[in-house]
Amino acid sequence: MSTTTFPSDKFEVRPKLDAQGVELGQLLEVSMGPHHPSTHGVFRMDVTLDGETVVKLKPVFGYLHRNHEKIGENISYLATMPYTDRLDYFCSMTNNWAYALTIEKLAGLQVPERAEYIRVIMAELTRLQNHTSLIGFFVQDMGALGTPMMYAFREREKILDLFESVSGARMMCNYMRFGGVRVDVDDEWLAQAKKVVGDYGKFLDEFGAFLSGNEILLARTQGVAPLSKELAINASITGPMLRAAGVNYDLRKVDKYGIYSRFDFKVPLGETGDLYDRYMIRVLEMRESIKILNQALAGISAGPIMDPKAKLRGFRPKAGEVYGRIESPKGELGFYVISDGGPNPYRYRIRPPSYINLTILEDMCLGNKVADVIVILGSVDIVLGEVDR
Amino acid sequence: MLGEQIIKGMAVTAKNFFGSYVSKDRLTTVQYPEERLPQKYHTRQFPMLVFDGDPEKGLRCVACTICEKECPPKCIYIVKSKDKKPDYKGQPQLYPAVFDIDISVCMSCQICVEVCPFESIKMNTEFELSTDDRFEGLLFHKEQLAKSNEFYHQLHPDDAKDSDAVLAAEKAKAEAKAKAAAEAKIKAEAEAKAKAAAVAAAAPVGAPPANPPTPPPAAK
Repeated sequence: MSTTTFPSDKFEVRPKLDAQGVELGQLLEVSMGPHHPSTHGVFRMDVTLDGETVVKLKPVFGYLHRNHEKIGENISYLATMPYTDRLDYFCSMTNNWAYALTIEKLAGLQVPERAEYIRVIMAELTRLQNHTSLIGFFVQDMGALGTPMMYAFREREKILDLFESVSGARMMCNYMRFGGVRVDVDDEWLAQAKKVVGDYGKFLDEFGAFLSGNEILLARTQGVAPLSKELAINASITGPMLRAAGVNYDLRKVDKYGIYSRFDFKVPLGETGDLYDRYMIRVLEMRESIKILNQALAGISAGPIMDPKAKLRGFRPKAGEVYGRIESPKGELGFYVISDGGPNPYRYRIRPPSYINLTILEDMCLGNKVADVIVILGSVDIVLGEVDR
Repeated sequence: MLGEQIIKGMAVTAKNFFGSYVSKDRLTTVQYPEERLPQKYHTRQFPMLVFDGDPEKGLRCVACTICEKECPPKCIYIVKSKDKKPDYKGQPQLYPAVFDIDISVCMSCQICVEVCPFESIKMNTEFELSTDDRFEGLLFHKEQLAKSNEFYHQLHPDDAKDSDAVLAAEKAKAEAKAKAAAEAKIKAEAEAKAKAAAVAAAAPVGAPPANPPTPPPAAK
């Protein structure tokens, strides 16, 4: 507990003097985190408070730094794949896909059609479970302890069961390979996936009835921390946060990577970019994901799952540099790799969406109450494994 | 009406609460360890080494150290043997004098299984490995890692069949090759003998005696 120097001039800053010229109070600097359940990992915020109002916020991270990029430069291309699972540990499938896509671009591998379908199915299932659990966390951050999150996790577990039965692990799937996927899905799995996806709409209806109209949720989220289009674009925000601000930018539509051009789906957009928009965008995106999944599960055809040119041992792509990106549930996930023709990359760099979305945390929090800071942080949807790498 | 939606939300909670007594969908927890879920088919936990027959001699591993090099967290430690033993094809091969896996480091990624060219390292599904000795208790040696092929068949029947088929095909190929080589050798020796006889017949006086042909090695 200590006083700080005079904060930014954006806001009218107290302490004010009373009529007799006596100071009424001082600013309070609070260190929130790093070990705090609401910070989604080990993340710290140095918050300067005037009463309950935030006048200054400094995010501090790096507690979970584990040298991911440097490790990636010292081990083979294939051996980096399981490490990408641990970036955003909620969405290992999309991390795998982004990395595989990058290296396929570098090595010129062609992914067979069945593998592309499997990848789309896995990515959309990942999006479903990420957004579901995010809403659980988000509501929990507002004080709805336990119940919504347990419902979310119950549904998430069904998707993780699907992941486990095909890849062998619930969260650290390590499923995709350069030029395809590791294990083929069988008809039984597809039937089970159809059942889970079919039931998911019902769950979303129930979850919507449970939360979307809830007066407390509306009071806590509507009009809180709006994000303008200009700021979102200037800070290179991507993903649901950008779309909640009303910018129509979804890499599935812009890049049309994989086979996304074949599916009929819409990109939901928000209006003001406040917390409620960010919540609602995720709900609507899940609906769209279910649409994509229904089309993909109906359209999947038999065939090979690996490019015959792809090889596991002694993989040495030709020299060059490449940037590959996909729309991960949290935003644009990019991998930048420079190859010098050796068995491991010369340079390996990641553009993690949650890290870059976190950069405007202070702009969103200034002027809000300290209780809202937690909710705003929850709406950014960060995973510290990806922020700190 | 203010609070209407909250009451509706409470109705959802009540539905889930009472539903949990009748519907399996609404109560998904199990009471581990008394109650256990069946493991998924592709479940992977930590690596094991497969052997055929004898755990010491029948180990499929030939200490090629590919897994050691490819292992992302570098948890495998191999020391090659000085001598050689015959492998499943009958070829003399090295074997691992030391094969350690530090499972406190292992991240169960299965890369070692995928890169192994000898169908030797496979994934075990045992997960209850807690111990109070965090150094030696979590360092698995060759003896602990060695598991029989029958055990592997129990864990992953289809994969085990595939890997048996791969090994059998390679063995058949190697045998065919050895047989062809042996036949070629016999033929070449016969020709050499005939040639030597012809030479001897042409120059009967003072010709050096032809060396007796070495017997062909028995095909294994």
